[in-house]
Amino acid sequence: GVNPDLANERQTASFSVEKLTAWLDGGAEQTRLRRAVVEAIERDPVFSRENQYFQSQNERYEAAVRKAVHLQKKMHEMGWSQDGPESKYIYRAVAGDIAFLLHRIFMRSISVLGSDEQIAKWIPPASQYQLIGSYAQTELGHGTYLQGLETTAVFDVTTQEFILNTPKISAMKWWPGDMGRSATHTVVFAQLYVHGKCYGIHPFIVQIRSLQDHSLCPGIIAGDIGPKMNFEHIDNGYLMLQNVRVPRENMLNKFCEVQPDGTYVRRGSQKINYFTMTSVRISLISGEAVTPLMKACTIAIRYSAVRRQSKLKPGEQEAKILDYQTQQEKLLPQLAAAYAFHFIDDYLQEMFDRGYREIQRKNFDTLPELHALSSGFKATVTQYCTSGVEICLRACGGHGYSLLSGLPSLYTKIIASCIYEGENTILLLQTARFLVKSFMAASTGQSVPPSVTYLAAVKPRKCPAKNKLDFLSPDIYTEAYQHMAVRLISSTAAKLQDLIQSGVKKHDAWNRCTVQLAQAAKAHCHYITVKNFAETVEKLESKAGIQKIMKHLCDLFALHGIFSNAGVFMHDGYISGAQMDMVTASYLDLLAIVRKDAVPLVDAFDFTDKSLNSALGCYDGQVYQRLYEWARKSPTNKQISPAYEKYLKPLLHNTLSKL
Amino acid sequence: EALVLNDPDFQHEDLNFLSRSQRYEQAIRKSSLMVMKLREYGIADPEEIYWFKSFVHRGRPEPLDLHLGMFLPTLLTQATPEQQDRFFMPAWNLEIIGTYAQTEMGHGTHLRGLETTATYDPATQEFILNSPTVTSIKWWPGGLGKTSNHAIVLAQLYTQGQCKGLHAFIVPIRQLGTHEPLPGITVGDIGPKFGYDEMDNGYLKMDNFRIPRENMLMKYAQVEPDGTYVKPLSDKLTYGTMVFIRSLIVGDSARSLSRACTIAIRYSAVRHQSELKPGEPEPQILDYQTQQYKLFPLLAAAYAFHFVGAYIKDTYRRISGDINEGDLSELPELHALTAGLKAFTSWTANAGIEECRMACGGHGYSRCSGIPDIYVTFTPSCTYEGENTVMMLQTARFLVKSYTQVSSGQRVTGMVSYLNDLSRQRIQPQHVAARTVTVRINDPVSLVEAYKARAARLVEAAAKNLQAELNHRRSKEDAWNRTSVDLVRASEAHCHYVIVKLFTAKLSEISNAAVRAVLTELCLLYALYGISKNTGDFLQAGILSDAQITQVNQRVKELLAIIRRNAVALVDSFDFHDVHLGSVLGRYDGNVYENMFEWAKKSPLNKTEVHESFHKHLKPMQAKL
Repeated sequence: GVNPDLANERQTASFSVEKLTAWLDGGAEQTRLRRAVVEAIERDPVFSRENQYFQSQNERYEAAVRKAVHLQKKMHEMGWSQDGPESKYIYRAVAGDIAFLLHRIFMRSISVLGSDEQIAKWIPPASQYQLIGSYAQTELGHGTYLQGLETTAVFDVTTQEFILNTPKISAMKWWPGDMGRSATHTVVFAQLYVHGKCYGIHPFIVQIRSLQDHSLCPGIIAGDIGPKMNFEHIDNGYLMLQNVRVPRENMLNKFCEVQPDGTYVRRGSQKINYFTMTSVRISLISGEAVTPLMKACTIAIRYSAVRRQSKLKPGEQEAKILDYQTQQEKLLPQLAAAYAFHFIDDYLQEMFDRGYREIQRKNFDTLPELHALSSGFKATVTQYCTSGVEICLRACGGHGYSLLSGLPSLYTKIIASCIYEGENTILLLQTARFLVKSFMAASTGQSVPPSVTYLAAVKPRKCPAKNKLDFLSPDIYTEAYQHMAVRLISSTAAKLQDLIQSGVKKHDAWNRCTVQLAQAAKAHCHYITVKNFAETVEKLESKAGIQKIMKHLCDLFALHGIFSNAGVFMHDGYISGAQMDMVTASYLDLLAIVRKDAVPLVDAFDFTDKSLNSALGCYDGQVYQRLYEWARKSPTNKQISPAYEKYLKPLLHNTLSKL
Repeated sequence: EALVLNDPDFQHEDLNFLSRSQRYEQAIRKSSLMVMKLREYGIADPEEIYWFKSFVHRGRPEPLDLHLGMFLPTLLTQATPEQQDRFFMPAWNLEIIGTYAQTEMGHGTHLRGLETTATYDPATQEFILNSPTVTSIKWWPGGLGKTSNHAIVLAQLYTQGQCKGLHAFIVPIRQLGTHEPLPGITVGDIGPKFGYDEMDNGYLKMDNFRIPRENMLMKYAQVEPDGTYVKPLSDKLTYGTMVFIRSLIVGDSARSLSRACTIAIRYSAVRHQSELKPGEPEPQILDYQTQQYKLFPLLAAAYAFHFVGAYIKDTYRRISGDINEGDLSELPELHALTAGLKAFTSWTANAGIEECRMACGGHGYSRCSGIPDIYVTFTPSCTYEGENTVMMLQTARFLVKSYTQVSSGQRVTGMVSYLNDLSRQRIQPQHVAARTVTVRINDPVSLVEAYKARAARLVEAAAKNLQAELNHRRSKEDAWNRTSVDLVRASEAHCHYVIVKLFTAKLSEISNAAVRAVLTELCLLYALYGISKNTGDFLQAGILSDAQITQVNQRVKELLAIIRRNAVALVDSFDFHDVHLGSVLGRYDGNVYENMFEWAKKSPLNKTEVHESFHKHLKPMQAKL
């Protein structure tokens, strides 16, 4: 049965959990579909994650390969297709614990960067898994800064081949997934040289392992890069190329081509490359950042409703730790953030779809805005969610550190998202560059993209709030965020101008302002998130209690941001000291309000127990029983440790000290 | 140090490539050897043992930690001479290996909630130990799962039908000779954790397990043969141990953060990326302002915490001298202060280690960077020996108490003496406003005053809010809970003030001018960075003006550029040996890339050229599709 401590949390819900779930999914039909996919996968024992926490790196890799292979069979059986409506739920259901994710990127890069002939040649065997692909971009010495890559591809006119080389150790490909053990082919990014001239980074298809016996091809040195904080199931690899020759046709040539005589031809717009990056950054926000935060909130909040500790009132039962203000202050803002970023994901997705339609009509105007927003949001959301997951972990006390809580694995996985697909600080600076440019344009009256038109409306004002209830008005706080973002962007732009006018070189001035620039970019994203949350709430129908609770969450998200960044809002006196006390009071009131619906709010995320894989976070709240059962399954309790016979016994019998 | 590093017996394969079971085995092997060698070299001084141990295990936990760190000391402090005769020498000779079983599945920091019972049976003169619920199962004690054959168990004592609260009992749990659990004892390992792979943290369930009356540690409280309970003289004494252990955690915060800074700063000097000036070679990433902004404030914090740790240790030594002479007057303040400082420094270090790892980009994520290992080993200290939020609230309780004393006209002493000024300010309302211009942002002493004013304001605000809640006729507990976010902020401000004050005070003790100069820069950075991260507090209290905040932000960036020159030297000064650092990125010689390649080749996945998964899964799939 359900632990009564959790059951009574559910009885007092102020809204319908099922309706909220359906709304989050984008309709009841989606919910039905998602549940069907999850159910089909979780029922299949091959996809079980039951022993995951007890497995070694080798075992987890093998399980991931087994699951990936089995998934192909399963999809065929269920009639699911690669780009069908089920696909996004499949990934959610297997919880990413699967091999060959890079194979999909391999295929996508060929589809986007390859010519029609190349697509016809490579995609059919790849989709039949006749070959397994990877994507080799990052090197030991260079990551986000692509121009710095050092692998070379020299065109040899006489044999019509490219000769690929790793000229030094820092040029070794390092990190690509599926490359350490699995892949037979990979797309290698290398500096192209023709007749001694460098043409920059280009993609080449290179076979690295034999299709017969999987041994390495001549000239190839490849292997696994060793253990990481997580992703033990993925064989991230290294690759060294020694005079590896590939035919001229293996350079992906939709946009650039080397002709037989060595003539270099460029066609189409380079901008499309940005579009690929943009699409990857937007697509990872939901699955890699928001979902883990939702899971962590589910685990920590359910556990906090079950764990009782110390007394709040003398003579009464020990209190649920969720009733402590300090515990609410840790968890509930994270819950609000999970919702806020879920809505931001919708916003970005919609903007992306619009941009995509424009690009298909050869209109690239929306690209800079899309690129800037996707960079900034990838950075802010992954960073926020990462720290949110860690807060959830630490809010579970000692038991949070047990792998069986599920939280350490969520954390060690999500932190990687701050680095991959562009290191966050560098991405924020890209956004900042766009903001400064837009601000300059706006202040000289030129037109700017829709998301930054607010920069034109610089008006030095004061926050009009008169009492703490005023701060529950979305207009009041959205305005405060807007004011703060404008102030940070304009003051940084002004400082940059000043430095340049005082004779400092442009790049130097930029470096001296980067701390502020990154802060300004974050402020912009924070503002858009609050604004979008408020607008989303406004559009909701008021029935079923959903709008009301969403409004509370929106207020909580916004006021938590002001409370935790008080100085930034007070700096020019926009919010006064007295007003800041009102913010704090309203914020603390909200914690107590949202507390009441905390469990139903995480229930609405609708994660199955299997997908949470947590002894602390199960739906029924039987925490301690489960923790004990799972611990007893640990292999350390099954086998007799060799350490006893070898070392402990002689030690206990005092034979060592007699030596 | 050299003794251990040059000893071939202590060498082993890189731990990153071993399974949990193998890591446990290695740790046990080394501990056994260590005990033998300690005897061989005749090392007996606790400080020397500590160093020897930390080099053998390279600062990592090991299964005998609780035996050496808790079991033996508890015997020394809480056992009667008769009990010491029975247990101490066998334990010293490791015939008895013990652990300290306090935490249960259902309760940690809140000790009074523990549920294990020890019921005295005068008929047999035994205690009957029981784990009456699932939540009462002992959970987490290190060395309990597989290693120990005894445990000091904390249980609620029942005698003559009454509960007398928590007491400590020596409980044998495994058969000497076979190492099998004794009848009535269920014991095992609690499974994999976030780090601590070499430690067999365990569970312990007792069913009507009987131990003789003489196994209760009775130096203070006693149960007489007929079941009469004799109360201990003072319960303040147990504070002493807690203060001591928490002071160790402050030191550990400093050390762990220093290690992470060493790795990140050395690596940032080796890694070149992108371009700062068009046409020039790629610069060291340490030259980027954003990178400096991530790392240097942490470097400053590592130095600050180092001084704080030393201060607590010294104060504790001084006070424990007094305790032995019966003077306990300073203990409450030190106890309150260490609770908060433990929380403050471990939180900062915890976040700081992660920041260092992120500053190393993708390679920081590889275990070869060594930072993941530092992190998972350190991060539990936010929870053990007192959960941090609860610790902050303990400090707050002391602060509120001191504030109440001041309001009722008494004077307080020690680190909280600034609260005395609050009453004076009320007489001179101009005082606060006048303060604004007096802060000199280049003078550490003046910045200490600014932090002091902030702490005073936040303590006062929290105390007033608490009073307001009480005026609403809420119960004491309820009022406290509704003010706890404010109270934690007040504690943090108080701790922050103490740290800035101690760092500043240290500067005048440095005789070497060049060292003093560079540490003054670090101290300024620590103080100014702290202000820039908490500008709201300083603005709201009118301690600093908008213009001054702008100056502070500017000055922080100037200091970054100044410290940049000495950054590598400042981490070299921590003097971590490469073996102890355990990091390919943080090597003293900076030969990062070639050694990463060497390291990766040893990965378990690389043992065979073609992985067995190819034959098992890949090949059949390719054949079928």
